[in-house]
Amino acid sequence: MPIPIEDLWSLVPEFWLAALGLLLVLLDLFLPGDRKRLVGWAAVVGLLLVLMPILGMLGTPARTVFFNTYAVDGFAVFFKIIAVVATILVILSTMDALRGHTSFEGEMYVLLTFAALGVCLMAASADLILLALSIEFVSLSSYVMAGYFKSDLRSNEAGIKYFLFGAASSAVMIYGFSILYGLTGETNLYAIADRVRTAPQPALVLAVGMALAGLGFKVSMVPFHQWTPDVYEGAPTPVAAFLAVASKAAGFAALVRFLMVAIEPGPVDWVAPIAGLSAVSMTLGNLLALPQRNIKRMLAYSSISHAGFLLMGVAAHRGDFGAPGLLIYLLAYTFTNLGAFFVAIAVGGRLGSDEIPSYAGLAQRSAGLAAVMALFMLSLTGIPPTGGFLGKFYIFGAAVNNGLLWLAVVAVINSVVALYYYVNVIRVMYLLPAPSGGSASGPVPLRLALGVAALGTLVIGIFPQPFVTLVGAAAMLLRM
Amino acid sequence: MGTLAAFFILSAVTLIPAVVVVTSKNIVRSALALVPTFFGITGLYILLRAEFVAGIQVLIYAGAITVLILFVIMLTEGGTGIRIRQVNEQVPVGALASAVLAALLIWVFLRTPWPQGPGALPEYTAAQIGTTLLSSMVLVFEVTSLVLLISLIGAIIIARRER
Repeated sequence: MPIPIEDLWSLVPEFWLAALGLLLVLLDLFLPGDRKRLVGWAAVVGLLLVLMPILGMLGTPARTVFFNTYAVDGFAVFFKIIAVVATILVILSTMDALRGHTSFEGEMYVLLTFAALGVCLMAASADLILLALSIEFVSLSSYVMAGYFKSDLRSNEAGIKYFLFGAASSAVMIYGFSILYGLTGETNLYAIADRVRTAPQPALVLAVGMALAGLGFKVSMVPFHQWTPDVYEGAPTPVAAFLAVASKAAGFAALVRFLMVAIEPGPVDWVAPIAGLSAVSMTLGNLLALPQRNIKRMLAYSSISHAGFLLMGVAAHRGDFGAPGLLIYLLAYTFTNLGAFFVAIAVGGRLGSDEIPSYAGLAQRSAGLAAVMALFMLSLTGIPPTGGFLGKFYIFGAAVNNGLLWLAVVAVINSVVALYYYVNVIRVMYLLPAPSGGSASGPVPLRLALGVAALGTLVIGIFPQPFVTLVGAAAMLLRM
Repeated sequence: MGTLAAFFILSAVTLIPAVVVVTSKNIVRSALALVPTFFGITGLYILLRAEFVAGIQVLIYAGAITVLILFVIMLTEGGTGIRIRQVNEQVPVGALASAVLAALLIWVFLRTPWPQGPGALPEYTAAQIGTTLLSSMVLVFEVTSLVLLISLIGAIIIARRER
């Protein structure tokens, strides 16, 4: 069985990313210690170039390649765009955040590039074996990155904690996959979809539940969320941004493909438990975010609550709003949340503190930084004209459309609660006096990343039409 | 009947040392207790007519992995590892959670009418595994090499001293 040559062409982005990663390893080897930033710029250029083949695949018909193990469809392309854009921005923000903390600067860019490849693989895997492997791919690089600052005890703790939780939940998930294989005799998601109708009952529910444990860990869904605040707080801030955005997006891609392709045709009712977990996630995340004083912990709990909102889009997948809503929410969340973390990097780098009270008077010290932070906080709350509003609008519409009115009500109440802790940051920045002088603007690459994030957040909110078309195409192609 | 007896004996060989692994106070003893566990699993593979996987299991797990774990203990803990506390005050909670999970799994497995039927085994599984790895699983095979590469890079970053 030779592999058709067209199959190789559909994997150009993945080959490119793998080659880029290997090239960066070599480049890192030959560059002297003080020029390691060139590795980062090479990574940014390489990732910008890989956007071309990815965007070129937007219009191609959905199909699976490599003996049905790999899906080439709009859904995967959408997540590849998110992965590459998020990784570019994270690399830009990393450039100054690492100085003085580690002597392994070049390797960080290598790991981030390979992690982007892992995210692409996760989004497109159509086989349980490849899916499990690509989840491990992203996880292994994330464990190392979370514990990157070896002289910082909190970073050590983040790395170890993330590793232990990740290893345990992966084990449960892979056990679930093996039960699913035992029930259907297939590892391919599309082949499982054919057999799942006749799969024997109690074990099938158990297999789906165990698989959800592993995928739920990746998206920090309650009750698999406990690692989130400690890891985000301890990990280097750019890594926390990567985990909160790219890793979470990949988790949702895998979750949606697994549930909608393989499990949806079967008898298991997964919508009710997902809706329940969605309500619990957004409520618990919000309530625990309220008393936080550390900006990274606050963003961690807020990311748990956003996982709840995104799960609402998964539960309300029927109709015209659910899947597109999930995708557009994820797109807006990508730019907004990255931006919030970038402000934390800028302030943390200048003031050496991640505590919210040290943001006091940021508006006087650095008006631009305070303004974009205010924008990100409003977008995370979901206030127009930001991208966050558009995402929430779609997802709420989908919930009502799918008869999940109770969930929409819970979500609205949660949005109001979230307003309190997001607006609190704006209040501290604008209304409290600055304790001392000194501006707090970041270095050039970080400001570039911040600008792109702010622009993305605004453009999605003000000119939504191209993005709505994009996610519409991405969501349609999933149902092949 | 003979197969069933073999299965139960092999399961006991797998499970009893596994309990020693997690309960022993001496981490070297835990590491060594992994060896009979791995051999028990090897026996289960042979029972399932997967000779090639069984051979690999002996070579990699019973051989390499155990030796690797022993080396790690010796390099980090002065050769004995007796000072490491393997358990903390959460043991009862963990034991309870495992017991509940085990009971749930057993209950579900006993109640499920598993699909059964005669299957055809290939004559020589090693050849079949090789063909599968380089045809339908070729992408998985190649991605595995990348996963191993980043694991190596990551391990070096973690283990190497900061300059």
